[in-house]
Amino acid sequence: MTDSIRVENVTKEFTMQYHRTLKEMAVATARRLPLQEKFLAVNDVSFNVEQGESVGLMGLNGSGKSTLLKLINGVMRPDKGSILTRGRIAGLIATGAGFHPQLTGRENLFLNGAIMGMSEAETKRKFDAIVAFADIGKFMDTPVSHYSSGMYARLGFSIAIHVDADIFLADEVLAVGDRPFKRKCMAKMQEIRQQGTTIFYVSHATASVRAMCDRVIVLESGHMTYDSKITEGGSVEGAIHHLQYDDEPGDEPTDEELGADV
Amino acid sequence: MRAANKRASDEPVDEEARRKKAAARARRMLKNKADSMPVVEATGPRQKRMVDAELVPPSPRGGLLEVFQQPYLLKLIVSRQLAQMYAASLLGLAWSYVQPAMRFGIYYVVMGFILNLHDGVPYFAIHLFTGIVVVHYFGETWGGGTRSIWSNKALVQKMRMPRELFPVASMLVAAYHTLPQVLVLIVFCLIAGWHLTWGAVAAGVLGTLILVTFAGALALFFAALNVFYRDFQNIVQTIMQFMHFLVPMMYPFGRVWKAHNEHPWLYQIYIANPVAQSVILFQKFFWYSLVDHPHREIKGRSFPPDMWVRGVITLGVCLVLVWLAQKFFSRVEGKFPERM
Repeated sequence: MTDSIRVENVTKEFTMQYHRTLKEMAVATARRLPLQEKFLAVNDVSFNVEQGESVGLMGLNGSGKSTLLKLINGVMRPDKGSILTRGRIAGLIATGAGFHPQLTGRENLFLNGAIMGMSEAETKRKFDAIVAFADIGKFMDTPVSHYSSGMYARLGFSIAIHVDADIFLADEVLAVGDRPFKRKCMAKMQEIRQQGTTIFYVSHATASVRAMCDRVIVLESGHMTYDSKITEGGSVEGAIHHLQYDDEPGDEPTDEELGADV
Repeated sequence: MRAANKRASDEPVDEEARRKKAAARARRMLKNKADSMPVVEATGPRQKRMVDAELVPPSPRGGLLEVFQQPYLLKLIVSRQLAQMYAASLLGLAWSYVQPAMRFGIYYVVMGFILNLHDGVPYFAIHLFTGIVVVHYFGETWGGGTRSIWSNKALVQKMRMPRELFPVASMLVAAYHTLPQVLVLIVFCLIAGWHLTWGAVAAGVLGTLILVTFAGALALFFAALNVFYRDFQNIVQTIMQFMHFLVPMMYPFGRVWKAHNEHPWLYQIYIANPVAQSVILFQKFFWYSLVDHPHREIKGRSFPPDMWVRGVITLGVCLVLVWLAQKFFSRVEGKFPERM
């Protein structure tokens, strides 16, 4: 099997800046407050993914999942370590595509396709399929700022999945879609998975990760703490158990307390 | 926000409590989200995909070269910037003519009729308009380039591409706006009886090269700086406000030359400006070709004595500036997405 993604000791550090203006900086220095603080969003992560493998990436919000995907996608560069990928990468990062609000759906489609490496002819050839899959009909010529969040996600997903990439990254993009569309997307992802595309799938939905992935990776505040293939005894339950998130039940807050989380 | 920071730095973090909290959050999330996505099982046989490519770092490293290897993408970005500029605008593209036309009118009246600066400058209108066109291109490239990456942050944050695309696209957008003005200038020159010499053509080429490389280097450099501190777009605007006075367009170069003995340092600073040199070279191309032809009636010097040597050296310096700007850009580019 050939390697599709090779991640070696990758670390990404973010700078949190407290003070932006000169005045604020002067005040902070006088009070001996730190001017900035750094934290490691991804901390010494290494793994290899073979071509055709489908990886489920799990972890709490803020554990570094999106940063890791951005590094694999090439939007960011690692501060330490190296990332190598093979072939064309497509996907959606951090809930939503990189669309420009003032451009119409059609213009964004061409632009996004070009950025992911599609030529003009290729985009034109796939245009009808993309529009049909996104199912936004007459809104194609409306600026995307007028789209509902669901339409936005649908168009973004539809473009990315039609790129015919060798590596497909899906980062919680479908959280806003309605159930029939989610089902359609999962079916399409299964389809490209069967075609041998490497898939990175970020989701909290255990059942769907179980169905979609051959391997589960868990990130915990930047560290990779669990990595196991299904064929080698790994499972979503294993990942959860590993985190010891499945013991000491009983102190669960009720749904009313959760509010926004539901 | 400051209070929160203080607390964070004063209190030691309770690792155990944090972990417990995280575990509780995770349990909650798992419970709530377990069925949030429908389950679709795979069907059909699993195929093997052969990828005919090398293992390479996914982030772009090619710089300006990579931009020109993707002409289709560049074309889309340029047309997108144009569309964005004229979104919800009645006059649309005409705006890029209204502004220079107004400026020309005001300067012509104030400088020409009130301050009488056109004394001894035949074809003053062409002299003035040449400068306006050059400075317009420079200002639009520099200003647009400086804002280009920040204003495209939706794309920069989420998609991988050579980010030099955006400053380069601003250069092309500026050229798109300036070229018709150049055509207007050429038409007027032809009407007035243009008499081109090889020297004038060479000056035009050298002036264009200096202008494009200098504006490009600044656009690239300031585009990167502006991501970190938005002050830079204001700095650019401020400098551009008096750029018109720093090039020989409202007054002939002869007046600057007259002062060069009294204020040698000021003269050196004035003439070191690549935009001023570019304007001087363009004057040689457009304006002087008219004057030269029927009768020389200009008093004093029209051009610096070392115009050619200085021009070639400046072009060399500008090329080095492009290289330095590219180096700086590549160095800080990795931090763009997190600073937006």
